[in-house]
Amino acid sequence: MAERKLRILVAKPGLDGHDRGAKIIARALRDAGMEVIYTGLHQTPEMIVNAAIQEDVDAIGMSIMSGAHMTLFPAVIDLLKTNKADDIRVFGGGIIPDDDIPKLKGMGVTEIFTPGSSTQDIVQWIRTNIPERV
Amino acid sequence: MPARTAPKKNARSVAPRRAPAQTSGKAAPKLKVAPAPAAKKKAGKALKSAKAAVKKVVARVKKASKKDSTSRVYEAATVKAVARATEKWAKEDLAQTTAKMPLRKKQFVTDSGIPIPDLLTLADRKDERPERIGLPGQFPFTRGVQPTMYRGRLWTMRQFAGFGTPEDTNKRFKYLISHGMTGLSTAFDMPALMGYDADHPMSRGEVGKEGVAVSSLRDFEILFDGIQLDKVSTSMTINASAIVALCMYIAVGEKQGVPMAKLAGTIQNDMLKEYIAQKEWIVAPRPAVRIVTDMIEFCTKHMPKWYPVSISGYHIREAGATAVQELAFTLADGFGYVEECVKRGLDVDAFAPQLSFFWDVHNDFFEEIAKFRAARRIWANVLKDRFGAKNARSMQLKTHAQTAGVSLTAQQPYNNVVRTALQALAAVLGGTQSLHTNSLDETYALPTEESVTIALRTQQLIGHESGVDRVVDPLAGSYYVEYLTDEMEKRAMDYIRRIDDMGGIIRAVEEGYPQKEIGESAYRFQREVEQGDRLIVGVNAFKSNSDTPIELLHIDEKVAEDQKARLAQVKAERNGAAVEAALAKVEAACRGTDNLMPPVLEAVKAYATLGEICDVFRKVWGQYREGGAF
Repeated sequence: MAERKLRILVAKPGLDGHDRGAKIIARALRDAGMEVIYTGLHQTPEMIVNAAIQEDVDAIGMSIMSGAHMTLFPAVIDLLKTNKADDIRVFGGGIIPDDDIPKLKGMGVTEIFTPGSSTQDIVQWIRTNIPERV
Repeated sequence: MPARTAPKKNARSVAPRRAPAQTSGKAAPKLKVAPAPAAKKKAGKALKSAKAAVKKVVARVKKASKKDSTSRVYEAATVKAVARATEKWAKEDLAQTTAKMPLRKKQFVTDSGIPIPDLLTLADRKDERPERIGLPGQFPFTRGVQPTMYRGRLWTMRQFAGFGTPEDTNKRFKYLISHGMTGLSTAFDMPALMGYDADHPMSRGEVGKEGVAVSSLRDFEILFDGIQLDKVSTSMTINASAIVALCMYIAVGEKQGVPMAKLAGTIQNDMLKEYIAQKEWIVAPRPAVRIVTDMIEFCTKHMPKWYPVSISGYHIREAGATAVQELAFTLADGFGYVEECVKRGLDVDAFAPQLSFFWDVHNDFFEEIAKFRAARRIWANVLKDRFGAKNARSMQLKTHAQTAGVSLTAQQPYNNVVRTALQALAAVLGGTQSLHTNSLDETYALPTEESVTIALRTQQLIGHESGVDRVVDPLAGSYYVEYLTDEMEKRAMDYIRRIDDMGGIIRAVEEGYPQKEIGESAYRFQREVEQGDRLIVGVNAFKSNSDTPIELLHIDEKVAEDQKARLAQVKAERNGAAVEAALAKVEAACRGTDNLMPPVLEAVKAYATLGEICDVFRKVWGQYREGGAF
């Protein structure tokens, strides 16, 4: 059967405008054959979760450079739970200190990619770890 | 000075190559025409008239050589001889060597993709014209904007600082001043940059994180507490809400008894590059540029020591542009502001001296140096030819520079000290007026006190130990640097012409043209890294198994609570009616054409908050949003 393409929402929460990484990831995932929706900048957790549900995505990839990751990741995860959409996986990347990574995973973030990760690693990780939702 | 008398006819083109068929090659010897006619030795009376005649001839020759912009640095015969020798060298020496050991790459190129030939000699520079290189402090300022450069005064060592509460940043300022920093540079947090107060829902998790948190004049009073504003020059990196920050700074000055005319500093306030690259905005490009223009006009009239815009390539480069694109889009932004001010009826020589620039300094050492030199030459030529500037200061591109944050790696962070040192050296050799050096830990967090000290020491080492401070523009005349300078100029001008053809930079930005070009370059760069075509030490080459852990600066969440509490107190203590009235005046100015600076200044003095003033902008012009194209 024709495989349904993975749908990924690349999201840029918070106020910072550093979208170089988010756009590169969006393009790399699209080039790897996934369906990618990019939210654009300055999204609130509410906007991101609404978009994820409306677009029926399999996962949300969030890019955060502003140091607000300990606030914004849990906010998105809580909202997914509230909306009974917590089968949508959340992963992310950006300027995230090593010490915070286990804490974020404890909150339900599936993976964090730090600077220097290759787009191919991320593509591979998604293919292996993001199950298609039914 | 020949360059001053070489008028350019084509308003857009920089340094047109005129009539090469008639004068090329033979032109240089004209400079050497002996001014002595044979009549000289004749007796008595004749002597006087002969001397007069000589004078006339000398004057004529001088005038002719000045007019003749085709005079060359290298003589035709020398060029021919060197060209022949080089050809022989390529056929014999080069061929024999590469037969034994091939070159490491088929084609060497700069980071911007400019081809680098096997060898450059003076034959490649046969068209080199003295007036395009010029002299330091003279048009077109290729060699620098001052005659003495660092022999007169070192560049300003200006480390960008700002985090946590205004108290935290005030302490860091005082620390850096005590360690020899010569200018303040303020980083604001994201809520302030986007026009939100600390208590706004959009500010969740961001208060004091990427810079200092400020919501009202009270915060500014604390930020500059104990720092006499007539004794320092202050740079403020803020754009969409810049007008509020500048007014708060003026108000602090007034409280200290320092009139605004005595305040010295720079506010970034470059909105065009926000839409292109940094993406911090409140309203759409056109009203944003109107506010910028208001500020330029106000500062020109009332704040002679203030630079109201720092036209910034830094963020354009960090977003992924090549050096050529950084050069082109930044200068195009600059021309855009000049155009807007001229349209408003301002005299170019009244405001242009108060415009300044801000470059990124990336890894490709010589290309970066060439970028600074090309930028000065383009700016000078275009201001003169296209905008009719007459004051030399209008044509001088003065610049701040910062080493490339994007070039730093999280892996093997101590390598970042070396990267930064090389980049800083390039900025100095490029002739920067002030410099920020990044700290080794900045891929993780804001820098610690220790790492920011190493960054400052890096500049001090270059300034006091390396010896490069003792000479003005030491690379002038280098075949390679002059070649790169020309190439950068040519390629940037191609972009600038394309933007002009689109109807100017504001139009191009609205259509997303520079954004798309930068996105392409960023993606290409990433692919080159991943394919191993571009090596980054510690990332895709020479990896270590374990990185030395470094200590990081953590911002406490308590900062947000403290800031919210102070804001609530300010709101409780201020005169509510005065705030309402002041905000109504701001709104009226937004809807009309009056300069926005006076009403915003009145509003901040009444302790209207940054968020409240920016809410007026949002109310009048709407919140700007960018689409999700990638």
